[in-house]
Amino acid sequence: MREIPIRDALREAMSEEMERDPNVFLLGEEVGAYNGAYKCSRGMLDKFGPKRVIDTPICENGFAGLAIGAAMAGLRPIVEFMTFNFSLIAIDQIINTAAKARLMSGGAFTLPIVFRGAGGAAYQLAAQHANSFDSFYAYTPGLKVIAPATPYDMKGLLKSAIRDDNPVVFFESELTYSLKGPVPEEEYTIPIGAAEIKREGSDISLITWSKNLFLTQQVADDLAAEGVSPEIVDLRTLRPLDKETLLSSVAKTHRALVIQEQHEVASYGAYLAHVIQSEIMDELDAPVGLVSSLEAPMPYAKSIERIVLPSKERCLEAAWKTLEGWR
Amino acid sequence: MDQDLVADLYRQMLRIRRFEEEAARLYTERKIGGFLHLYIGEEAVAVGTASVLEERDYVITAYRCHGHYLARGGSARHGMAELLGKETGCSRGRGGSMHFYDLEHNFMGGWGIVGAHVPLAAGLAFAQNYKETDSVVVCFLGDGAINIGPFHEGLTLAALWKLPVVYVIENNFFAMGTPLQKTAPTEDLSIRALGYPMARDSVDGHDVFAVRSTMHTAIRRAREKRLPTLVEAKTYRYRGHSMADPAKYRTKEELEEWKKRDPILTLGEKMISLGMKETKEKIDQEIETEIADAVEFAESSPMPDPSTATDYVYV
Repeated sequence: MREIPIRDALREAMSEEMERDPNVFLLGEEVGAYNGAYKCSRGMLDKFGPKRVIDTPICENGFAGLAIGAAMAGLRPIVEFMTFNFSLIAIDQIINTAAKARLMSGGAFTLPIVFRGAGGAAYQLAAQHANSFDSFYAYTPGLKVIAPATPYDMKGLLKSAIRDDNPVVFFESELTYSLKGPVPEEEYTIPIGAAEIKREGSDISLITWSKNLFLTQQVADDLAAEGVSPEIVDLRTLRPLDKETLLSSVAKTHRALVIQEQHEVASYGAYLAHVIQSEIMDELDAPVGLVSSLEAPMPYAKSIERIVLPSKERCLEAAWKTLEGWR
Repeated sequence: MDQDLVADLYRQMLRIRRFEEEAARLYTERKIGGFLHLYIGEEAVAVGTASVLEERDYVITAYRCHGHYLARGGSARHGMAELLGKETGCSRGRGGSMHFYDLEHNFMGGWGIVGAHVPLAAGLAFAQNYKETDSVVVCFLGDGAINIGPFHEGLTLAALWKLPVVYVIENNFFAMGTPLQKTAPTEDLSIRALGYPMARDSVDGHDVFAVRSTMHTAIRRAREKRLPTLVEAKTYRYRGHSMADPAKYRTKEELEEWKKRDPILTLGEKMISLGMKETKEKIDQEIETEIADAVEFAESSPMPDPSTATDYVYV
């Protein structure tokens, strides 16, 4: 199978859906003439024209709100945030308007809209450009929240997000836009709300999502070298959560470690620990482990940035703690 | 003067007034919960505007939304039921006073965060251009909304992309309890349009015919030239910001001055001078009947079933 980078997988997903449905359009800062700040929309302005690939001024609340209004009138916008750090300017529109319009109207509104862009830390971007807001958006009923890792999952899930009739928040990562992986030429979609076992094992479930899948794979390799059989659960979607895949993995391995880029307090990983412990307490041989970012805004200096983020060392330490008494 | 038009404008304004007077009564009886922001005094703005719109046009507004909903053709029954939190409400009891919706009449709500609906209106207008319709959008907002970011972002996009939308600032001179002098360094709020830039106008919002004329021009600009307009309608709310507000920040004399020019009172007097006394009395009676029926309908309707608490979250 051919291998393409994530930015191309995303572009193919958007382009195919725009060819399929004339009501789908893309707007955001630099998406047109500049070909996207991270080149995810390369060539799309030439292909679809300025009516459907729209450069906006820097006004996140304005263009997110405009997209919601357009969705209310029957269009299917894709809103690109250059990064999700800037989505906070629009968070009132996403949470207070998009997520609530259907309930407040007693089901009158249908809002097919995708908010997508890069989330999480990259290299030395300092505190204001390194936010991981997965937990913020996953907290909100009325949104669907997707955070895939691989090119294959990115393409299949973005296509499903664009076809979905609900507001969807779709997280990508600055660090992985160039990462290549197998993506078939033929069309496919991946259902929203379906986790995937990325590695089968029997001793511990390593639960993660987004680019931390790649960190988790390194952790799993190291554990395997020590004779442990780790299973990797890639959630891919945070809301709705695929409880079935999550719980059946943990029921099999009896040990669970969540690896997340969020801070621990009030985080999605803490919620996962609650779900596991409240639903299958009897299956657990150890408390659910959780590796998170430290409780600090992201510092700039390289030496401490990598301390704040989950590292392989911290993950292994937590894994061995969760594995206490194993064998 | 077109007597049918006069009668219709009078009917529409009185319908809103009487609907809200009954709502105020039901609120004091604690049958309505939460916030209740009344539009009483400002009816000529909604009715004058609605009278020059086509069915295919869109209206969107903030949380003081009952008047715009009714002027757009919303049912008094379903509006009153919404206030009482009933399943038969225009938002099935899920929205309440601030969140009326009636998509059948292209009434798009009913939004509770000041200024946040301004970009939504731009989006509704954007969609009309995208789909190549000739529909236009009217967006009502209060004078309290003109300093917040989304107002400027929405107007920026409307002007930049030449969107068919008319923004109507209902200037009632108070942002909740703060007088306009403390929030804006000018008395003519339409000059905010200059910087985007877009066309602007200012109108006496207590004069329903003046509102019609101003809005007719602005709507034609939107429909034919696909250009936005910012209109300021100077008006006055007779009640407090919400039912919880006794409005002690203004004088009784100021209120009485505005009431002397009350749009319903003055149009009623005009009808009598035009020899339309019988028509007026018939309308008065019909509105009483309609509102009484709406209250009866609302009170006798069921509340949403507890099993439906999480319905209407996802499609």
